[in-house]
Amino acid sequence: MKYVDEYRKKELILSVAEKLNTISKKEIVLMEVCGGHTMAIHRFGLTSLLPSNIHLISGPGCPVCVSSQHFIDLSMAYSRIPGIIITTYGDLIRVPGSSTSLEKERAAGSDIRIVYSVLESLEIAKKNSEKNIIFLGIGFETTAPATAAAILQAKKDKINNFYVLSAHKIMPPVMKELVKEGVKIDGFIAPGHVSAITGTGIYNELASVYGLGVVVAGFEPADLMQAVLMLAVQIETGTQKVDVQYQRVVHKEGNTIAQQLLNEVFVHGDDRWRGLGIIPESGLKISDDFSSFDAEKHFFVEIPESREPKGCICGQILRGLKTPVDCSLFAGKCTPSDPVGACMVSGEGTCATYYKYRF
Amino acid sequence: MCLAIPVKVISVEGTSARVIIEDVEYTASLLLLDDVKPGDFIMLHAGFAIEKVDPREAAETLQLLLDMEKNRTN
Repeated sequence: MKYVDEYRKKELILSVAEKLNTISKKEIVLMEVCGGHTMAIHRFGLTSLLPSNIHLISGPGCPVCVSSQHFIDLSMAYSRIPGIIITTYGDLIRVPGSSTSLEKERAAGSDIRIVYSVLESLEIAKKNSEKNIIFLGIGFETTAPATAAAILQAKKDKINNFYVLSAHKIMPPVMKELVKEGVKIDGFIAPGHVSAITGTGIYNELASVYGLGVVVAGFEPADLMQAVLMLAVQIETGTQKVDVQYQRVVHKEGNTIAQQLLNEVFVHGDDRWRGLGIIPESGLKISDDFSSFDAEKHFFVEIPESREPKGCICGQILRGLKTPVDCSLFAGKCTPSDPVGACMVSGEGTCATYYKYRF
Repeated sequence: MCLAIPVKVISVEGTSARVIIEDVEYTASLLLLDDVKPGDFIMLHAGFAIEKVDPREAAETLQLLLDMEKNRTN
C-alpha cells in the first residue's frame, strides 16, 4: 500500500536505530500518547531496537480505555429504553460496565448496531422513523469532527430522531494534567491524526512552559523510530520544541474545516476520564444551539453509582505509572476474550497490546 | 481508534469520493476536506477524509530516511 510499505522497510528502520544508538546518551522517558502508536510500537517490536537508556511509556490516548464507567453504564441504560437503537463504533460494545456490557445487552434483546462511520447512523434514522437513534460519540479531535458533521447533516436533512451521547474528548488538557501531576517524562510522541485536525499549536505550552520535547509522529515503524530520534536529538542538545515528523499529513494550522465544525457544534466542558477523574475543559459537549441532538437532554434514566472493576489498574496504566505486567489480573483473570477493564478491550489498549505482542 | 489509512481517490461527486482500499471501493465523506481530486491520496478515518497526503512532503521524509540508510552502508 502506497505511503505505508515505504515506511516499513527493514533497512530504513535499522539505520534509524543505529543512528539513535550513536547519539543517545541520556536516560530519557518518552510517552506515546496515542493508542495507535502503542499498537504500532509493539506490533513492530520497536522497543527491542531502542538503546537501553530510552524508555517508552503509553499514555491516555485510547478513547475506549478512557471512556468513563458512567458513560458505559448510561449507554447500557439507554439501550434498554424501548424504541431506541444504539449505534456505536465496534470496540465499545465489549467494555464491561458496572454490571453488564453492551454486547450482553444486545444478546438480551437491545437493538445495538456497530457502524464504521457515524453517517451510517443517519441512514438508520431515516429507515426507522418510528424509533430514536442514539450514537455513542467517543474519540478525540480526530473523530469528533465526524460527529459534528453528522449533527449538521441531520439538521440540514431535518432528521429529528438522531441523537448523540457525547463522550468526545480533547488531548491538550490531559497531557498537561499528567505533566502537572508529576509523571516523569522528557517528551511526548504526539498523536499524528489528532494533530492533522488541530494543528501543532496545541502543544506549544508543553514545550515553552514545561520544557518538554514534542514530536508529532506518523504510524509506520520508520515514522516512529524517526520521531524517537528527533526527540533524542532535542533532549541531548537541550533544544526541546514542537516538531513534526509526520509532515506528509500534518500541517501547522491543521484542518481548518474540521476545526470550524467542532467549534460550531461543541463547547468545552469538564469531563470524566477512566482512572483519571474529572479533567477541566477536556470534554466536547454539544452546544445549546444543537441541544435537540443531545441524547442527555432528551432521555432520562436512573443509573446506580458506577463502579470501576475491582483490582483493575487501568487508571494507573493510562497515566504511565504502571505497565500491564504490574497488574495481578493481567493475562489471568483479564484477557482479551474475557476482559475485566477497558484497557484490555480495545485493540489499541495498552493491556490488549501487551497481551497480543509481548506476552 | 484514531487510525487513518492512506487511500487513493478515483472519483469525486459532491461531498463524497470513491476511494480504493487495497482492491475494495468505498465511498468516503468529504464533509471535512475540500479541494480533493481524482488521483489524490487522502487519509480515511471512520468514513471521512480528514487530510490529504502531501506527496512532496512524503518524498522528503523518505529521502531523509534513505540518506540515513545510505550513510550506514558507506
